[in-house]
Amino acid sequence: MPLLIIDGEQFEFEDGITLIQACEIAGREIPRFCYHERLSIAGNCRMCLVEVVGMPKPMASCAMSVNDLRPGPNGELPEIRTNSETVRHAREGVMEFLLINHPLDCPICDQGGECDLQDQAMAYGIDTNRYEENKRAVENKYIGPLIKTIMTRCIHCTRCVRFMTEVAGVEELGATGRGEDMEITTYLEAGLTSELSGNVIDLCPVGALTSKPYAFQARPWELRKTESIDVMDALGANIRVDCRGREVMRIMPRNNDEVNEEWISDKSRFIWDGLRSQRLDQPYLRRDGRLEPAGWDEAFGAIADRIKSVRPDQMAALVGDLQSAEEMFALRDLFTRLEIPHMDCRQDGAQLNPALGRETYLFNSSIEGVDKADALMLIGCNPRLEAPVLNARIRRRWLRDGLEVGVIGEKMDLTYDYSYVGAGPDSLQALLDDDTYSGTATHPMVIIGQGALARDDGSAALAAAAKFIEKRGGLRDDWNGFNVLHTAAARVAGLDLGIVPREGGRDTAAILDGARDGDIRLLYLLGADEIDLQGTEDAFIIYQGSHGDRGAHHADVVLPGAAYTEKEGTYVNTEGRVQMTKKAAFPPGDAREDWTIIRALSDKLGETLPYDSLGELRKALYEAHPHLARLDALPELSGDGLAKLATAGGSMGTEPFASAIEDFYLTNPIARASSVMAELSALKSAQSEELTGTDG
Amino acid sequence: MLKDKDRIFKNLYGLHDWGLEGARRRGAWDGTKKFLEMGRDGIIEEVKNSGLRGRGGAGFPTGLKWSFMPRESDGRPHYLVVNADESEPGTCKDREIMRHDPHLLIEGCLLAGFAMGANTAYIYLRGEFIHERERLQAAVDEAYEAGLIGKNNIHGHDFDVYLHHGAGAYICGEETALLESLEGKKGQPRLKPPFPANCGLYGAPTTVNNVESIAVVPDIMRRGATWFSSIGRPNNSGTKLFCISGHVERPCNVEEEMGIPLRTLLEKHCGGVRGGWDNLLAVIPGGSSVPCIPAMECGDLPMDFDTLVKHKSGLGTAAVIVMDKSTDIIRAIARLSYFYKHESCGQCTPCREGTGWMWRVLTRMAEGRAQKREIDMLFEVTKQVEGHTICALGDAAAWPVQGLIRHFRHVIEARIDEYAGNPDPDGAVTEPAEQPPASPPASPVAAE
Repeated sequence: MPLLIIDGEQFEFEDGITLIQACEIAGREIPRFCYHERLSIAGNCRMCLVEVVGMPKPMASCAMSVNDLRPGPNGELPEIRTNSETVRHAREGVMEFLLINHPLDCPICDQGGECDLQDQAMAYGIDTNRYEENKRAVENKYIGPLIKTIMTRCIHCTRCVRFMTEVAGVEELGATGRGEDMEITTYLEAGLTSELSGNVIDLCPVGALTSKPYAFQARPWELRKTESIDVMDALGANIRVDCRGREVMRIMPRNNDEVNEEWISDKSRFIWDGLRSQRLDQPYLRRDGRLEPAGWDEAFGAIADRIKSVRPDQMAALVGDLQSAEEMFALRDLFTRLEIPHMDCRQDGAQLNPALGRETYLFNSSIEGVDKADALMLIGCNPRLEAPVLNARIRRRWLRDGLEVGVIGEKMDLTYDYSYVGAGPDSLQALLDDDTYSGTATHPMVIIGQGALARDDGSAALAAAAKFIEKRGGLRDDWNGFNVLHTAAARVAGLDLGIVPREGGRDTAAILDGARDGDIRLLYLLGADEIDLQGTEDAFIIYQGSHGDRGAHHADVVLPGAAYTEKEGTYVNTEGRVQMTKKAAFPPGDAREDWTIIRALSDKLGETLPYDSLGELRKALYEAHPHLARLDALPELSGDGLAKLATAGGSMGTEPFASAIEDFYLTNPIARASSVMAELSALKSAQSEELTGTDG
Repeated sequence: MLKDKDRIFKNLYGLHDWGLEGARRRGAWDGTKKFLEMGRDGIIEEVKNSGLRGRGGAGFPTGLKWSFMPRESDGRPHYLVVNADESEPGTCKDREIMRHDPHLLIEGCLLAGFAMGANTAYIYLRGEFIHERERLQAAVDEAYEAGLIGKNNIHGHDFDVYLHHGAGAYICGEETALLESLEGKKGQPRLKPPFPANCGLYGAPTTVNNVESIAVVPDIMRRGATWFSSIGRPNNSGTKLFCISGHVERPCNVEEEMGIPLRTLLEKHCGGVRGGWDNLLAVIPGGSSVPCIPAMECGDLPMDFDTLVKHKSGLGTAAVIVMDKSTDIIRAIARLSYFYKHESCGQCTPCREGTGWMWRVLTRMAEGRAQKREIDMLFEVTKQVEGHTICALGDAAAWPVQGLIRHFRHVIEARIDEYAGNPDPDGAVTEPAEQPPASPPASPVAAE
């Protein structure tokens, strides 16, 4: 525990931290450009210079450990000065150098107002310009449809290079040339292929890398910032939704060390243009085969009429991937009152059963637990596509501590090395039967994905995975290595709330079959779009949701709901963490928050739900499911359910596990409405076509 | 004056056989095994006692540097890396060693490697040294064949020597950039700490030494530390290869004792300054990166580390660049500035931006197209570059400019006056300032 004097005050620090962190702890602000806590240390911007008493030159505080400082000749404590004349002078010098070739085009720069260079030039720079030569100009580079480059503004901090190399694991950015001719580029000017590439926009301390879709849209000080939760995958990344008026202008990550650190995927970040198009802004009714605008009363009336004419066991509900717990609860409540047994939240048919216990469908090790894991088996999942931010965490563990990764399923580029065990259930079975394993992993993990679960033998695969991790010693009091990686943000809450077939009820596949052969005559789709509705024309389909997607196209009644940025909703992420979104904007037109629609409908049906406000709904919700009230906490679960699951038998098929995600950029109705996502998707498929064309 | 018997590089001019036979006749590989039997500490102690200071420019005591290597290996191998990326303008001493006395270097590698517990030496050659590499490789092959190095050699210390070609970047002569380049990465200096002795090549303890520092070690061992330290001046002992270029009658490489007065050096070995001693304008005593010294300080100037530092310059690589009064000193330094601008790796801010700035201002000053206040500004810019960078290239770029302003400010001012009073319609001054520094400006209108 080294003792240090900083600006005359004595502090004690823990071992191994850098001087810049120490100064931060001591409450001294150190300006910096290249230093970033989550990236390796480059030490190249030289802005963080501090004076170490006794050293002839100022030192870069980001690159020096508190342990590197030696006491003085008479045993004096090492002393650092962060505000001396030397330091001030050095900072002014570095700032001047940074600015001489910087274009100073702040009035037309998108970074203006949130630019590190701007802020620090104000705080630490000098007020004149002594540079009279021509400034350097650098050609802009194409690095994909997401990131706009104005490379003349680049100050060569290399944060973007380090992020892409270290965190994203895609070595596509680099510096060419040397000296003042150094340029950051992808060299071939191809688009970045990482799902995390958008984060370089946040990392860039100047306006060299800015968001292309957001270019010239708004100024940061015009935006209303709302802290919320992302629903593009089941990770529940913490985001900030920036709105101007009623439009979402951009989405930024929020820091949460336990979930997403400070990264979000490109889908989470650039989805916002999908919130503006294909929106359902008023109810529709199908008349003579065409959907025509209608009023709420008309729509509810049509539903009420229909419900009166069908038996409860001829009705069913399917819940989509983006729904919050509140509306799911209300829908289940209503359906229970109507004594309808058929409902399911597992659109993909994943064989997960809440009756077996919560721990059988959660990511039990927790996302942070990845940082402890020393062996990892991925079964039928591709974390790079299903949860890119989680994949970055796995990669870091692999990079820093040599995490061993095995894969059963498709071969894929995960950005880290893995040993390929096999393609399907037989490989998993072979692992189970193999008694010669001699590994010494103390924190083994298995992650089973929807690719292994959403099939007929899914429950057998789930049991096999539990058996496997039990055999490897991964089910202990202090460590639970069994993990299910969900792909849908609504799924865990849905399972928690019991949106599964009640006694004698049908699951998703059976409901759809029923709708095709006439057994199900009324189908309520709550944001459910990832299903095949071909041949269900005879059934009366009610679609409640935010976007005119697959579900709405087949619907007889369309009820316009709110997207995730437009409602207060509770989401439970894949590890069972309960988080809440906040209303950042209002739903368009006549659209309403989803629970209020269900509440209003219940009134029409004569089964009025007993809550008139969100507060009352939540009260009922929390009474029924107390764990949903514990926000932002991890569940504390026993492993009993898993032990039981591990003994469950079931035979697995022979079909290899396929990935649950066909197209990363088009997994939900919002993404399918986004032109940015469409462009990315087209680009990606063009890239893979190119690969097959030339690599063969 | 160094006596012939005290010369270490007896084949400096390539008059004799460079091969193993010839080298042996000159004493190389004689008693090497005996020195290894002295043990690691024995060798390090002897080198320490000899007072040998690194010949690559910084003058850090070589023995002390070796003693920073871990005593026992923690499982990682130790490496000796020889810096043969001799790129400092004006310097051509290592080239001659590799051409004509390669066996001294190889023997030195074995001794140094043994002293630091290394079984592998990498010699990183400058990209342009094609023939030198061929010659050195031939010598290494000879040594392998004779069982002097390699596995199970006659000395009982397994030792491999590998040659590696750089791609010709000046920055790769910086020790950590050299290691990066050797590892196959872009040559950019690393942050220190950790120092290479802890974490160098491939993360293993490494010592990087200059060719000359390594090549003199066998003779120090053979003739003893006392012999070496008796040559030269206190704390600046031994012999040194001087590379004299520029305006002397016969530019040459010569081995001389440390601390030899500059005038003696020039007049004895190079036939004196072109046009006589009085025609001397300035010298750059240690390769392009040290500040120049004006003629009036040059006379009896002892050429050693400490004295030159006192004169606000440095011995550097002992590459003496002599400039007579026909030199346009501003243009000369501007050209050096261009070199540093071109060779800056671009990693850290002050050097990346500062070298270009200094070059541009100097280019204007060489024409006189500048303001006098810019001289002070330029000096301040050099001060902002110096000491604020990751490696010493920033310092190296700043020092020559500082030397220029310190000693030849009047020349710059005269040039500015001349331009201001007599601007060419095309905006360029075509006639360089010819008159001696003391004379008044040529143009009557120029005085401010």
